[in-house]
Amino acid sequence: MWNTLSRMLRTGLLTEPLPKLSEARSVVEGLPLEPMQQNLLNILGRALCIRHVDAGSCNGCELEIQALGNPYYNIEGVGIKFVASPRHADLLLVTGPVSVNMEEALRRTYEAMPEPKLVIALGDCGACGAAFGSSYASRGGVSNAIPVDKTVAGCPPSPPEILRAILDLIRPAADEV
Amino acid sequence: MAAEKTDEQQVKMFGNLACSRIRVDREGWISTAEQLSESGARLLTLWGTDDRDQAGGFRIDAAYLLSDSVLVVEHRMVDEGEPWYPSLAGLFPVALRMQRAAYDLLGISTNESDDRGWLRHGGWPQMVFPLRRDVDGSQQYPVVSQPYSFVSVEGDGVHEISVGPVHAGTIEPGNFRFSVVGEKVLRLEERLGYTHKGVAKLFESLTQHTGHRLAARVSGDSAIAFSWAYCAALEAITTTTCSARALALRALALEHERLANHLGDLGSLGNDAGFAFGFTHFSKLKEDLLRANSVVFGARYLMAFVVPGGVAADLNTEARSLLLELYDALETSVINLRTIYDNHAGLQDRFREAGRLDRSTAKRLGAIGLAGRASGLACDLRVDHPWAPYTSLAVTMMTQKGGDVAARVQIRFDEVVESLRLCRALLTENDSGVIQATVPTAQSNQLGMGIIEGWRGPVAVVLETGRDGGIHRCHTHDPSWQNWPLIEHAIIGDIVPDFPLINKSFNLSYSGQDG
Ligand code: SF4
Repeated sequence: MWNTLSRMLRTGLLTEPLPKLSEARSVVEGLPLEPMQQNLLNILGRALCIRHVDAGSCNGCELEIQALGNPYYNIEGVGIKFVASPRHADLLLVTGPVSVNMEEALRRTYEAMPEPKLVIALGDCGACGAAFGSSYASRGGVSNAIPVDKTVAGCPPSPPEILRAILDLIRPAADEV
Repeated sequence: MAAEKTDEQQVKMFGNLACSRIRVDREGWISTAEQLSESGARLLTLWGTDDRDQAGGFRIDAAYLLSDSVLVVEHRMVDEGEPWYPSLAGLFPVALRMQRAAYDLLGISTNESDDRGWLRHGGWPQMVFPLRRDVDGSQQYPVVSQPYSFVSVEGDGVHEISVGPVHAGTIEPGNFRFSVVGEKVLRLEERLGYTHKGVAKLFESLTQHTGHRLAARVSGDSAIAFSWAYCAALEAITTTTCSARALALRALALEHERLANHLGDLGSLGNDAGFAFGFTHFSKLKEDLLRANSVVFGARYLMAFVVPGGVAADLNTEARSLLLELYDALETSVINLRTIYDNHAGLQDRFREAGRLDRSTAKRLGAIGLAGRASGLACDLRVDHPWAPYTSLAVTMMTQKGGDVAARVQIRFDEVVESLRLCRALLTENDSGVIQATVPTAQSNQLGMGIIEGWRGPVAVVLETGRDGGIHRCHTHDPSWQNWPLIEHAIIGDIVPDFPLINKSFNLSYSGQDG
């Protein structure tokens, strides 16, 4: 127990400021954490709930989504959380080219989501199929299976790039509300 | 060894490990397998090829790991009628799913009764075999989903729970069917293949000098292992020698891949056992390593680092001191966290005895890599069949006897420390040789095999060259093929809520096995 506590104390708080929105065309420095959290609450009235679906990825993109949970990015700390059911999700984060074997499961997940059904297609594969293209086994990019609001390039995209895309997408969505 | 016991035709074979190849007829296919099984050889991989364009009919190959080399046994199905070959599953249970996959891709069957699709879930028509030469791989078909008959368990109070293919966390897709009484698991059946992306067919549209890029994306967490295995096969075929510097950098990257995955898993295992502290601390360490990767290798995940002939870039001048500092910090933290894990009663209570796979079951099922070592099977190619630069690194093999989640946790702790030692040693390789040798274009019909012990176990790439710098066939194999069936056994008698923890302790690849 003492060991655990002492490690916590020695490690301290690691969470970094959020990346700026890309409209600001800035590098990854930060916005203060609280206004961003406030922004999220203003926009959604609650936390942003994300459902992730691997539609056929190589697992590289998953690793960078998982990294968003590490203490440097601390995505839950700003009110973004990953949920287990599409019925609770504001946003669907889809990785991979859409394999034909996952096409139906992806469509069903999308259909189960409530409006506004925001969708981000993650990584070069999600954007256009990239190395896997379209074939007997792959439908290519996610937009060939379900409507996509935003794509994030990269193989895999880094955690700040993913975070920035999420923030970019929800801001205009909020303006419409 | 077994190669000498037969007078069948010997075929030339290139590889980064000692490889030989024999051609056998249908009877020889089974009798060789029997001899190999008796001698303790393990089935490494199995793949089919359409050679009808070369008047050779269909071909099936099996690669076996012997104590001192790799033996590839090849059988050509040139008889009239439907192509088939005798199943190896009675001797090597791991063959079963690979044979089903070979059928889905090529329409070559066995005498097994299980004819359920493994990779084909209805995404393309039943009589279309995409890896045949006369099938256009770019053609798309509407999905006609088909029911899959899981084996059901009869009995009082037995019910079934189906999980997936979309899971609750940020993980890959697969379907798990549990037969349970109360919470206790009587039987688990896995259904995989959801992320099949047609990798084998895609390779045939690439050139020998671009295939490594696709190889790096077969399983993103093993990008170095796969791209190295691909390049090793091509380099063996073209008798290209990489500089000592390039090989040291590849090994450094491979050990970083091992470290990143082990650190991530140690954190997730803590988390899945209800100790979020573990996730916080290990995910921090993993992030530190990835950030260092980005500084010294130019990317967090090294999809583009290993290239034919060597590596894409050398380390910059600050890399050495930055890395040595990182390794010290990681080692201190990991040793400290290990004490915390070891002394945490709640954690140990969840780890011990969970998902136990005893040595004899592991051996019978053909377990390999990390999961095999955790059940007491001494198998690590860096030790058993070292290739350069592992030939001069004297890797210490880590094994455990327990075969439970706790053992798979301990192996990771041990391997992290050993990997850090290897990384330090690799940084002293400062020969200033070129980092990228020129790789000539190979003639057609040359067969080469690259085998690299990645963090999960041996990753294999079999490359067969085509005309004009093209690829006739490229088969990629992830050790998850061997180890997925282990989980079906390890879970028996445990409770369903322990499945995520047990599954994570193996952390197998879906994409790597789906292809
Ligand atoms: S974009 Fe890259 S990392 Fe992501 S799924 Fe595709 S190949 Fe893998």
